[in-house]
Amino acid sequence: MKARSPLELTRKQKWLTHAILILLCIPFIMPLVWMVSTSLKSNEDIFPKAEQAAVTFSVSSLFPREPQWKNYQDAWQTGPFALYLRNTLFLCTLNVIGAVFSSALVAYGFARIRFPGKDFLFILLISSMALPRHVTMIPMFTVFKALGWYGTMLPLIVPAFFANPFYVFLLRQFFQTIPSNLAEAGTIDGASEFRIFSQIMLPLAKPALITCALFQFLSTWNDFFGPLLYLNDPQQYTVAYGLQQFMGTHGSEWTQLMAAATLFTLPIIILFFRAQKVFIRGVATTGTTG
Amino acid sequence: MKREGLKGYLFIAPWLIGFFVFVLIPFIASIYLAFTDFDIISSPEWVGLDNYKRLFFDDPVFWKSLGVTLKYALIAVPLGTVVGVGLALLLNLDIRGIRFYRTAFYLPSIVPMVASCAVFSWVLNPQIGLMNSILRFIGIEGPAWLSSEPWAFYSLVMISLWSVGGSMIIYLAGLKNIPMSLYEAAVVDGANAWHRTIHITLPMLTPVIFFNVIMGTINAFQYFAQAYIMTQGGPEDSTSFYALYLFKRAWRYLDMGYASAMSWILFILVMSITVLLFKTHKKWVHYENGS
Repeated sequence: MKARSPLELTRKQKWLTHAILILLCIPFIMPLVWMVSTSLKSNEDIFPKAEQAAVTFSVSSLFPREPQWKNYQDAWQTGPFALYLRNTLFLCTLNVIGAVFSSALVAYGFARIRFPGKDFLFILLISSMALPRHVTMIPMFTVFKALGWYGTMLPLIVPAFFANPFYVFLLRQFFQTIPSNLAEAGTIDGASEFRIFSQIMLPLAKPALITCALFQFLSTWNDFFGPLLYLNDPQQYTVAYGLQQFMGTHGSEWTQLMAAATLFTLPIIILFFRAQKVFIRGVATTGTTG
Repeated sequence: MKREGLKGYLFIAPWLIGFFVFVLIPFIASIYLAFTDFDIISSPEWVGLDNYKRLFFDDPVFWKSLGVTLKYALIAVPLGTVVGVGLALLLNLDIRGIRFYRTAFYLPSIVPMVASCAVFSWVLNPQIGLMNSILRFIGIEGPAWLSSEPWAFYSLVMISLWSVGGSMIIYLAGLKNIPMSLYEAAVVDGANAWHRTIHITLPMLTPVIFFNVIMGTINAFQYFAQAYIMTQGGPEDSTSFYALYLFKRAWRYLDMGYASAMSWILFILVMSITVLLFKTHKKWVHYENGS
C-alpha cells in the first residue's frame, strides 16, 4: 500500500485549488482564445452595431458566427507571408546549424581539454552574457555597414557561427558528465581529438544539442531586433518583422492581423506539444544550475 | 602538453574570434564613439565630454526615460517574481489535471513577442477590444489602455506578467529539487502548510529566485521591443524606455555618438545594480552546505 505523503491535500483543499487555478487561468488563456476567434470572424462581427459606439462583451462573442477562413488566405497574400516564412526558415536553418555546431566545439574545448588560461576565458565567456547588447550594437552596425552587409541577411547569419555563450555553458556541463574512459578508448585507437569529438562525443550529447537547437530556432523565429536593424528590403523580411510592418500598414484590419498572428504562433505551439520535454528540460536547467 | 594547449585553443577558436570581433572590439570602440559626434555617414569627430554634458544637463527626455525604466524595473521585476513563485507553488500541488494547468500558464510565454504585441493591441483596443468590452459588461468604461497616461505604462507591465510562465517553470523545477525529507521532518515537528512554505520552501528556493531577479533586472533595463511596437514611447514619453530612446537617438536622428554615451551609462548602471544585488545575496539567499 502506498504511504500517504505528508503533503497530500484534503478533498476540500483540492476543490479550492481547482477553483483558484481555473480563475487564474482565464487571463492567461483568454487573449489566445480571442486571437483565434477574431481570426475567424468577419468585420461585422467585431465592429459595433450601427447605433452603438462600442462593444459590450457577450459569451457568444467568443465564437465566430461563421468561420471566415478567407481571413487566413487574405493575410497570407497581403503579407506576403509565404515569402517571409521562407526567409525565416532559411535564417533559422543556418542559425541552428551554425550556433549548435560552433557552440559544441567550444564547449568540448572547455570541458575536456586542458589549456592555459582556460578558467579565465570561461569566466569571460559567462560574463559576456550580461553585457547589454546596446553597448556593442552601434560599432557592430558601423562595421557591418562598412562591409556592405547592411540590407543583406549576413548580419543575421554570420555571428551565429561564432558560438553562443549560453549554449556553450549548457553543453560544457553535458560533456563533463560523459565518462572519460570513452574518450580514452578513442585516444588509444589513435583517433584525433576532432574525431573523438565528432564521432564519440557529439552523438552522446544529442539531447543537449537538441535543446540548444530548439532554443536557437525559437530565438531566430522570434527575433525582431536583428531584422529591424539590418533589413531594408521587403523581399528579405522575416515573419516577425513582416508582422510588425503589417500591424503598421493594416493596423485596423483586426481579423486579418489576428489570422497572421495565429499563423505565426501556431508552429511554436505545435513544436511545444511535440517536444514538451525538451522545452521544459532546457528552461529548467537554465535556472537551476546557474 | 604544449600540443594539448594548442588543441584547446583550436576548439574554442570560434568563440574566441567571435568574442574579439563581436564583443571586445565593438565594446572598446563604443567607449571612443561616446566622445565623438558621429552620424555613420561621415567619420566620427572628437567632442570630448560634450555628449555626457548634453545628456546630464540639456536633455529632459533622457532623465524621463531613465525614470520610466527604473520604475519599470522596480514594478515589473518584483511583481513578476511574486506571481511566478506564487503560480509555481500552486502548480506544485498534487491534484488531478495539474499538467493541464501548467501548460495553460506556460503557453503565453512561448508566444512570439511580435504576435503577443499584435494580440494585446487588439485586446486593449478601447472601443472594440476584449478588455474594455468585458469591463463594459460589468458597467465600467475602461481607459484607452495603450494611448493614455498612466495606463500605457501599466499595460506594458501587465503584458510582461502575461508571459511570466517562463520563470514560473524555472521556479517549478526549483521546487522539485527540494528534498522531500525536509518536509517529512517538518510534519513530524507539527509544522502546518503555511510554516512549511515560509521556513522550508521559500528559503530553499532563494537561489533560483536570485537568479531570476538578476536576469529579470538586466532584461528590464533593456526593455525595448514591446514599447517600440505598441506605444512608440507615447503618450507624452510616458513609455519612453531607456533602450527605446537610445534606439531613436541612434537610428532616427543618427546621433550615434550621443547614443553610444547613453549605452555606456546603461552599461554602468546595469553592472552596478548587478554587483549590488550580488552584495545583498549572502543576506537572503540560502545555499545548502554553503556551496
